[in-house]
Amino acid sequence: MKLNKTVLALAISALILTACSEDEKDASLTDGTQNAASGINDASTSGLNNGSGLSGSEMNASGMYPNAGIGPEFSDPNNPLSKSTIYFMLDSSQVQNDFVPVIAAHAQYLVAHPGQRIVMEGHGDERGSREYNIALGEQRAKSVASMMKVQGVSESQLQVVSYGEEKPASFGHDEASWELNRRVELVYQGAQ
Amino acid sequence: MSFFRRILLVGLVSFYIPNSHAEMTIEITEGIESALPISIVPFAMQGASGVPVDVSFVVDADLGRSGYFKTLDKQSMPGRPSTAEAVQFKDWQALGQNYLVIGQVIEDHGQYNVQFQLFDVYKGQQLMGYRMTSSAGELRRTAHHISDLIFEKLTGKKGVFSGRIAYITSSRQGRQSTHKLQVSDADGFNAQTIASSMEPLMSPAWSPDGRKIAYVSFEKKSAAIYIQTLATGERVRVAEFPGINGAPSWSPDGAKLALTLSKDGSPDIYILNLVTRSLTKLTKSFAIDTEPTWSPDGSSIVFTSDRGGKPQLYIMSSQGGEEKRLTFSGSYNARGSFSPDGRSIAMVHGNGSDYRIAVMDLATKSVNVITDGRSDESPSFAPNGSMILYASRKGNAGYLSAVSLDGKMQQKLVFDGSEIREPAWSP
Repeated sequence: MKLNKTVLALAISALILTACSEDEKDASLTDGTQNAASGINDASTSGLNNGSGLSGSEMNASGMYPNAGIGPEFSDPNNPLSKSTIYFMLDSSQVQNDFVPVIAAHAQYLVAHPGQRIVMEGHGDERGSREYNIALGEQRAKSVASMMKVQGVSESQLQVVSYGEEKPASFGHDEASWELNRRVELVYQGAQ
Repeated sequence: MSFFRRILLVGLVSFYIPNSHAEMTIEITEGIESALPISIVPFAMQGASGVPVDVSFVVDADLGRSGYFKTLDKQSMPGRPSTAEAVQFKDWQALGQNYLVIGQVIEDHGQYNVQFQLFDVYKGQQLMGYRMTSSAGELRRTAHHISDLIFEKLTGKKGVFSGRIAYITSSRQGRQSTHKLQVSDADGFNAQTIASSMEPLMSPAWSPDGRKIAYVSFEKKSAAIYIQTLATGERVRVAEFPGINGAPSWSPDGAKLALTLSKDGSPDIYILNLVTRSLTKLTKSFAIDTEPTWSPDGSSIVFTSDRGGKPQLYIMSSQGGEEKRLTFSGSYNARGSFSPDGRSIAMVHGNGSDYRIAVMDLATKSVNVITDGRSDESPSFAPNGSMILYASRKGNAGYLSAVSLDGKMQQKLVFDGSEIREPAWSP
């Protein structure tokens, strides 16, 4: 899956200095480009319009069993691997008992398939402030990740990203939707 | 006296926004009781090719929308003077008008000479008069500038009509959403998309000089912080560490960015020096620390932390050191934002079921809840400190709203067709 192919076809890519994850000193700025005009009348869009053209992954789009492409056990309703969403209580990142077997099943699968990697996407409901919800979503994803690690999954197979309240699963504005949105989604990335 | 009546639903003004093809309405839902009666007479226009912007209409809308003024509708005006000699003050006195604005817009080789005069109707005196030159493209800006001048003359407060607002919109098409970072004039006009992505955009923050916006983008399916120069559209990525890269906030001198990173485990507050590119870790708790905001003098940082179990605001020196809890009332206090004078902090205040905007007086520590929504968020002070812009929702409709610090004056900015959130008022 060429998920990344369109993501950064940015007209301005030359101006984006490279990532700084290995070395903090790489956080870079160019400051010589602005002119005296404070106005934005002449600003063109950033070029992102033609850029990131994908939302979710192809596997997610398959609906009920988002990881079905990985193997038949992921779409067998009797197999805990068919469950790929862990739900949470309000303002909590504690994994509820109901989901312990689901996480254990995925952990076992990942231990048995060391080439497989998953992204744990942490999410929250819309209430409260957005950046705090990003932090809460990450805590949720990290609780799931640490349970997996305890069960022997290698760190290199696990990636955490938090979207906070920015990518709701349900678009309502009531408790029924909020329950569905306080979640961690386990998204298999395919074998390396 | 009639002009002491409360203004309710003063007007519904519909604006066409060229770039976004969205219709925005601004609605004054509550006004102050002492709104001043003012007449903005339609400006006389002279020009071969016409005048592209109705300057007096824009001024009328600005002043009316502020809640401080009650403007007279055109039909009720006893005349349309455009020179001082033509003004019959008695006619305007009879209508209970305190102030009168007249003016002219004259085209001259593609440029426009705009002049206006402000009068005290009872004294029959001119309070102010200006003449300015504007290009066609700048006419709307000139009109906002006139509104600022009149506003400051009559209220003693700086006007905010020529400012801008940045905000995030998202619209859904099936399973996909388009997220946009937009910048518009303070009245919602001239909305321009400065970044657009199928993945979320978040947390726009203006540089103190108003030329750049820092924001968070998930365009690579993980968070990164960018700084974009508005005039050119150029941008640089300043943070892309593993985990959270969020909540950028500029230091008042524009040289540093406070931000949230979780690369070492739990989310902590860091200071990124934009000149030397050095990164300093400010908080080191095992809890969530996020949403840093600088005091206007640059000495302190206020942030949200759940180290006490629930999210509350804490304050510390921007040089590091002791962290002190600031908020004690309510189970949820987050996303602090300093007033321009540094004396108060706006925040999202939760009581268990509703999330509203509250303002804390830093001297007395008293907290005043000033909105009454169910999920109000992202408070941002107007540069003159008189209003707070925030995002709100009623039912399925999300909108921006502005409220005076005492909660008595409210205006609502409604966009059609997309979610709108995270407003930030330009410096």
